[in-house]
Amino acid sequence: MTFDKRMSAADVVGQLSDGMTIGIGGWATRRKPMALVREILRSDVKDLTVVSYGGPDVGLLCAAGKVKKLVFAFVSLDHYPLEPHFRAARQSGSIAVLELDEGLFHWGLRAAAMHLPFLPTRVGIGTDILNQSGFAFKTVKSPYADGEELVAMPALNLDVALIHAQRSDEKGNLLVTSPDPFFDELFARAAPQVYASVEQVVTTAELDMATNARFALVERARITGIVEAPFGAHPTSANPDYHLDLRHLKTYVESAASPEAWAAYRQAFVDVDDAQYLTAVGGADALRALPRPVY
Amino acid sequence: MTEATLADLVILSCAQAWRHDGEVMATGIGPLPRLGTALAKTLYNPLLQTTDGECFYGDQPIAPGKRTGPVVYEGYANYDRVFSALWGGRRHAMVGPVQFDRFGQANISVIGDHDKPKSAMLGARGFPGNSIIHPNSFFFPSHSTRALIAGEVDFVCMAGYNPARYLNGKPPAGLDLRIIVTNLCVMDFGGPDHQVRVVSLHPGVTFDEVQANTGFPLAHSAEPLPETAVPTDDELAVIARLDPNGVRTTIFKDNPPARRAA
Repeated sequence: MTFDKRMSAADVVGQLSDGMTIGIGGWATRRKPMALVREILRSDVKDLTVVSYGGPDVGLLCAAGKVKKLVFAFVSLDHYPLEPHFRAARQSGSIAVLELDEGLFHWGLRAAAMHLPFLPTRVGIGTDILNQSGFAFKTVKSPYADGEELVAMPALNLDVALIHAQRSDEKGNLLVTSPDPFFDELFARAAPQVYASVEQVVTTAELDMATNARFALVERARITGIVEAPFGAHPTSANPDYHLDLRHLKTYVESAASPEAWAAYRQAFVDVDDAQYLTAVGGADALRALPRPVY
Repeated sequence: MTEATLADLVILSCAQAWRHDGEVMATGIGPLPRLGTALAKTLYNPLLQTTDGECFYGDQPIAPGKRTGPVVYEGYANYDRVFSALWGGRRHAMVGPVQFDRFGQANISVIGDHDKPKSAMLGARGFPGNSIIHPNSFFFPSHSTRALIAGEVDFVCMAGYNPARYLNGKPPAGLDLRIIVTNLCVMDFGGPDHQVRVVSLHPGVTFDEVQANTGFPLAHSAEPLPETAVPTDDELAVIARLDPNGVRTTIFKDNPPARRAA
């Protein structure tokens, strides 16, 4: 008895519906499931609530008008600190937001992963995080002798999580071999449906779990579908397979300059198939040769 | 003999923040605070842990900009670990907010209304948690009333000494704001009721100039105020070694000397 979770990016997006809450793994310019995000842009799915440690994933979805609400602690392109499409969406007032601290965001994912309604924390006290129009934070009192009043960070329950990994087998055993797995494990535990794009699908034996177990993200029961998508994180990094494409990031930033610039970017890099995309961004050899950025 | 620049003086001033911290994670956001952590680790406090800005602790401080030689890592600083470490309180960060007010409240999220901002910036990042859990210091490359503002910041990302925002009238247990280094002076929160006060003036700067560029009233630490220490030749040599790419020369326009031309 075998089973095979491989599917296409279009199959993944076919599982999405208007108004869903979608968590996106990675961090800013690192290991974002960009091929899946571009597939969402090509679909008619809309009114999404997006939950992300945001980078160009959030920017693209904002630029394409897919976002109804954003749950975030930052949106940044690291080397270009301000994400232009996110800024435009915020400044036009076209998206609702829940702004969190990075650790509070982590805590919300963890509560969802643990199937708890909230987790207590001090984070947020003394700040405007607790005074947003988008959400009425509540506090809880410790039932123990200390009696401390704490912020109740609500679970960030997701409908779907999208993540990107370097390797998997057909069954959904994933290896994330980047130096930092970020919070992708929690994204995978916070959603009933989890889709992972991967650089390469290999045999279970080739995962070499005896050596690589520390890179295994989560048990495969959490993984709904696998999309083989070489360079599927581009222009973000999937270190060690390839690094951040700073040159493309510049092109991307410039696409926010005008509606015409965005239309041209979209035509060249979004409304294309995988082979056309790879050619448009310079080809596989050029991407494998990208230098390691410094942070 | 090399003449100290304003950037060198700022690095030396920033380094004082971590001098007596013991074995904590030292985070400096931006090249000069980061070089401040490197100088503190090198000259004062070898127990400090500093990172490559990405994912690892370096055995020695890692220079900003391109790598100029082999780097030895001593530990793992992925984000999950960084959060765990900072929640334990053994960290002291120096950050550069866009807006900062008399309470020490800081903003990197939005200018204007949060629902429809005039300018959307980064988002609160880790500022809310950092501010109530571990010590924080500040760096402002351009000391002005646009950064050090009158009134309150537009969106409070970092908690400050503002009793109106305390829960049940008590300051958050970990709230501990330390020093403020700018292109004009060094300040701390040592005035009455944590009022911001000037503790030293950079050479050639007057208190009146600092006050005129600050949106809230400042206290003095002494009369007359001492001059901020200018790096010695030995300190300059260490700073130059820690910044082989010369990133520090690009921060201030025309890279001015520490002592203003008369």
